[in-house]
Amino acid sequence: MDSFTLVQFEYMLKGVGWTLILSVISFVLGSVGGFGVMLARVSEIVAVRFVTTFFIQVIQGIPLLVLLFIVYFGVGIFGLSVPPLVAASIALMIYVSAFLGEIWRGSVQSVEKTQWEASECLGFTRWQSLRLVIIPQAIKLSLPSTVGFLVQVIKSTSLASVVGFVELTRAGQIINNSLFQPFLVFALVGVLYFCLCYPLSLWSRAMERRLNVGNR
Amino acid sequence: MSAIVEVRDIHKRFGENEVLKGVSFEIRKGEVVAIIGQSGSGKSTALRCINHLETINDGSIRVCGHEIGSPRIDLRQLRQDVGIVFQSYNLFPHLTVRQNIMLALRHVKKMARAACEERAERVLRMVGLWEKADNYPEQLSGGQQQRVAIARSLAMEPQVMLFDEVTSALDPQLTGEVLRVIEDLASRGMTMILVTHEMAFARRVADKVIYMYQGLVWETGGPEILDNPQTQELRNFVGTGL
Amino acid sequence: MNYHFDFSGLLPYWKMFLQGTALTLELTLASTVFGLAIGILCAIGRRSSLRPVSAACGVYVEAVRNTPFLVQIFIFYFGLSSVGMQMPAAVAAVITMVINVGAYSSEIIRAGMDAIPAGQIEAAECLGLSRPRIYWHVIMLPALEKVYPAITSQFILMMLMSSVTSQISTEELTAVANNVQSITFLSLESYIVVAILYLILAVILRFLFLLGEVWLFRRKRVIALARRRLAASNVPSIPTNTNAVRT
Repeated sequence: MDSFTLVQFEYMLKGVGWTLILSVISFVLGSVGGFGVMLARVSEIVAVRFVTTFFIQVIQGIPLLVLLFIVYFGVGIFGLSVPPLVAASIALMIYVSAFLGEIWRGSVQSVEKTQWEASECLGFTRWQSLRLVIIPQAIKLSLPSTVGFLVQVIKSTSLASVVGFVELTRAGQIINNSLFQPFLVFALVGVLYFCLCYPLSLWSRAMERRLNVGNR
Repeated sequence: MSAIVEVRDIHKRFGENEVLKGVSFEIRKGEVVAIIGQSGSGKSTALRCINHLETINDGSIRVCGHEIGSPRIDLRQLRQDVGIVFQSYNLFPHLTVRQNIMLALRHVKKMARAACEERAERVLRMVGLWEKADNYPEQLSGGQQQRVAIARSLAMEPQVMLFDEVTSALDPQLTGEVLRVIEDLASRGMTMILVTHEMAFARRVADKVIYMYQGLVWETGGPEILDNPQTQELRNFVGTGL
Repeated sequence: MNYHFDFSGLLPYWKMFLQGTALTLELTLASTVFGLAIGILCAIGRRSSLRPVSAACGVYVEAVRNTPFLVQIFIFYFGLSSVGMQMPAAVAAVITMVINVGAYSSEIIRAGMDAIPAGQIEAAECLGLSRPRIYWHVIMLPALEKVYPAITSQFILMMLMSSVTSQISTEELTAVANNVQSITFLSLESYIVVAILYLILAVILRFLFLLGEVWLFRRKRVIALARRRLAASNVPSIPTNTNAVRT
């Protein structure tokens, strides 16, 4: 049995790096998707709204792990053999789109109705109102929840370990399999996740406080 | 004499509740009309029907050549011809005063940037707020914000301006600056319809006063009807000063 | 795409799917009950004026909320067994779930308690109610009623989270899918079926929680009933003291 040395710690830090990369990829791709989902949800075409709502309900109603497996094996049936990073990215992108889309829809709908009235009465089209008046205000309102969700994304990347992607959790498992010191290893893994997530949690809460002060 | 605003026998229901029960009036170009009445008399609703913020269930409205009930109505053009100032100003909080004014000029009237800036300066000077052009709405007082709202609407060069209880949300000492701007606009010949509680102001500035009661035009005439009401309801209304 | 979906190949294993569903439901209900208890205790602890108590609860909540559930399970299951505490995977799963949902619930409950207007508490004090009674009737119960939707959403999320316990071989629904697909090689079908089962479970749970809300919170029941009566009798406004009020 080896002991935990700098070598193992460096391996863990590499895992942190991959965790961050997967988080950023998922968040960025998911943001693009989420923006589309949000627009579809507030669309004036009933069919579009219906399909999008269905999509969101399904994605939010199944475990991320199951979604991950479905994507992993689903991509396989197209004859493609994709690396775990890609499969995990696709699954997380779908997951993030659904959740961010809902968060952002909530923000758009919480912009005061009177802003719609004011911009309509100046002659703006519905799309112009959204683009120039509503969305800029919605972004500000959505920041605390969006950053809060980023924390969720980082934690969710731990599931990519199940399909073999070597991010932080998988790195911990690999180290533990040679050291057999699960308490030490996984506690350390937990601490590293904490260091990534806690600052973001604090930031999200600070932004929320600032928003509420403005809306006295 | 052709009227620029013709309201004929309009009815408006909110669910079970009939708010407008057959309202008719006419407004000529350059006239300043004050609509007064208790809360619930339908005056704001009538105003909001004129620029299609509310749809009418019956009757007809013609404004600046637009037929409000028609399905082929050019809403964009209507909104440029008829400006409105709201009780809660509704400025865009994420833009500066100058940007608030220029936004519609750029994207609705499609004017060039230089022309927009010129016009923004002109209307801001008219309401006396040019030095606040780069401030954000939250940095201004209620009266200042309302004056910016008036400038924003004025910048679109409408033919008619609607004012929906624009001083009701203001502290008393701030109403004066807003009323001065409105009076100035009146003297420049702008056609205006004001829903207001400010009796003294209506007396001074309005060419015509319309008193609404329970969804109908109850009494109408020049500002002298405020001193000499013909109906009991108006007598009560003016007497209590509500 | 030359893939032919073969859902019928899963039929022989219907019993396993059912057992997995049952275990998922059991895990969820157990962690709901104990998680709520922990949530209430921790919310009270967080609001306590004793610094060490509120700090300890704060550390607990932040630690749980900022680390992944999978890692929490590994720490608990593998960590405890390495110091000699062996336990069945399902037990470890429930305990970790309770710890996890307890932290999230406590934040929700605490927010609900903080939102009780100070005026209510003052009024109760002026009426001479004792401190414990005020705490229960004026703060805790109204807070619980108010945050009920948020908390039950959290419990449904926990049910979805239970799928992660498959990684320590808890034989819940996702583990069943893992097993079935390793035997039949019908991977996509297995996971799609399981996804549908989770969706159905969520619908069932939401319905149960809705029933619970009406049963637990009499006020809502009474008001809803009164509203329905009012609408049915077609009275346009709230009736005054006439005798001719139809019900």
